[in-house]
Amino acid sequence: MSATIVDVSQPITDHEVNAIRRDFPALLESVNGEPLAYLDSAATAQRPHAVLDAERHFLEHHNAAVHRGAHTLAGLATEAYEDARSTVAAFVGAGPDEVVWTANATDALNLVAYGFANASHGRGGAAARRFALAPGDEIVVTEAEHHANLVPWQELAAVTGATLRFIPVNDSGVYSVGDAAAVLSSRTRIVALAHVSNVTGFVAPVAEIVALAHARGALVVLDACQSAPHRALDLPGLGVDFAAFSGHKMLGPTGIGVLYGRAELLDALPPFRTGGSMISTVTMTDADYLPAPQRFEAGTPPVSQAIALAEAVRYLQRIGLDRIERREELLAERMLVGLAGIPGIRTIGPGLGVPRAGLVSFDVDGVHGHDVGQYLDARGIAVRVGHHCAQPLHRRLGLISSTRASAYMYTTTDEVDRLLGSAHEVRRYFGAA
Amino acid sequence: MSDSLANLYQQVILDHARQRIGYGQLDHADAERFERNPTCGDEVMVRLALEQGTDRIASLAWQGAGCSISTASASVLAQLAEGLTLTELQSKIDAFRAMLRERGDVEPDEDVLGDAVAFQGVSKYVMRVKCAMLPWVAAEACRGSLT
Ligand SMILES: Cc1ncc(COP(=O)(O)O)c(C=O)c1O
Repeated sequence: MSATIVDVSQPITDHEVNAIRRDFPALLESVNGEPLAYLDSAATAQRPHAVLDAERHFLEHHNAAVHRGAHTLAGLATEAYEDARSTVAAFVGAGPDEVVWTANATDALNLVAYGFANASHGRGGAAARRFALAPGDEIVVTEAEHHANLVPWQELAAVTGATLRFIPVNDSGVYSVGDAAAVLSSRTRIVALAHVSNVTGFVAPVAEIVALAHARGALVVLDACQSAPHRALDLPGLGVDFAAFSGHKMLGPTGIGVLYGRAELLDALPPFRTGGSMISTVTMTDADYLPAPQRFEAGTPPVSQAIALAEAVRYLQRIGLDRIERREELLAERMLVGLAGIPGIRTIGPGLGVPRAGLVSFDVDGVHGHDVGQYLDARGIAVRVGHHCAQPLHRRLGLISSTRASAYMYTTTDEVDRLLGSAHEVRRYFGAA
Repeated sequence: MSDSLANLYQQVILDHARQRIGYGQLDHADAERFERNPTCGDEVMVRLALEQGTDRIASLAWQGAGCSISTASASVLAQLAEGLTLTELQSKIDAFRAMLRERGDVEPDEDVLGDAVAFQGVSKYVMRVKCAMLPWVAAEACRGSLT
């Protein structure tokens, strides 16, 4: 490619998207005789050749167990694995010791919740006392959370006697800093929230909520699943204490996720899973644990997945996170304006002009989400239908399910227009209009 | 594309999804059962009333929210069930289940299943078989509680 000057503040162009799409083999699939329009990247993203090749290359040339064994391949594998950690850590502004590999974001959030639970049972000694919860303490989530950032906190409340409270959302499914301030108090110990909602696309006022939480002595856990793939992230800059995200939503493999924790906190948090790879000395009655992050990585880890995730991060950095974010803003606006203009369609989430990620969930009056999804699928359009693992939010909005279209850097305006065209027809097909 | 879609959403199904035969409450029910599909959140409550002193179904009513497949399926079931004995109901449930499991290889018997034969196309959509079965599973549990 000849040298071109790219303005990094500008969205990816349609022309560039066409080039990017050639990197993603799955995007060339046909579905029901139509070219696939993959509008389900918020569930899982497609993977570029570079990522698929990196995993395969590792497996073909360097595959070995890490952090054990003295042979050459074991050394190469360990080096690649730890390099991957540094790459992913730098991607979110963190140090390598602040990044723990997990199975996915759900696993990462459980790791934190169970760390608190174990500390509450006296594990982790004096250093872990800051994590101990008791009756009277409060855990605060929002009403819009994915079940992955809700159910672990319900469990933590149940085993510690702490109270789970929530920041309520309005009829659009969003909340304000004021709504958060009304719920947080000196009893709040943990505030757990999504950076970007996987249903509404709402971008949380994270810095403001961190300030509120820290002023009351609470720690903040950020679910960054829908932000890490789509916008530049500086987790230390945001001030959050823990954060979680999944590899498969950011062009990487399944089976790998990330927990970020401020070094000082990770060093004090008791482990969740125990066993091999996380200990220094073991006797028949006792064990000493390694420092973070190894302390949280019991068992043989997902090595090739970590290496492929680092490649995904490099791919994202080559394209540029700011340019991806700008592009997705445009796509979101196109979807929102188009869908909101269709009689009988109600869009969920922030209105026009309010920041939102590249996804729109909507309800089609008189047609169930399952039927909408099936109708679109017959036209090659892949969307998500159901409650998107956010039942309380749907209940609050008076819905059992909704349809979600989500974009990524490789989404074309034509795909969005195909969605809009079919969405226009769906009520008539099912006799609702 | 339209062929495959029309095969799933037969006109009979689309009509039943709007007509909703048997939708509502019963003054008196001899059995009731609530079923939920955890993957999509669809739910249905099926209620059965027998003719006094017999095992013959006076009426089958249902309430709930779901996709057109599960709604139409409940409507078809309600239409079919009236006047059947519990044993006859069970044999229809068995035939319906068998049809959905056949993946379209066997021609279903319209004399046994009535409008329910329209659900044959559903058998090719693994993800939708549960939707179609939901009210029938509830009815089966009602029968089970009465025998
Ligand atoms: C906001 C949010 N949180 C958490 C998750 C859970 O991610 P995973 O299933 O990869 O653990 C998801 C993905 O579905 C999500 O969108």
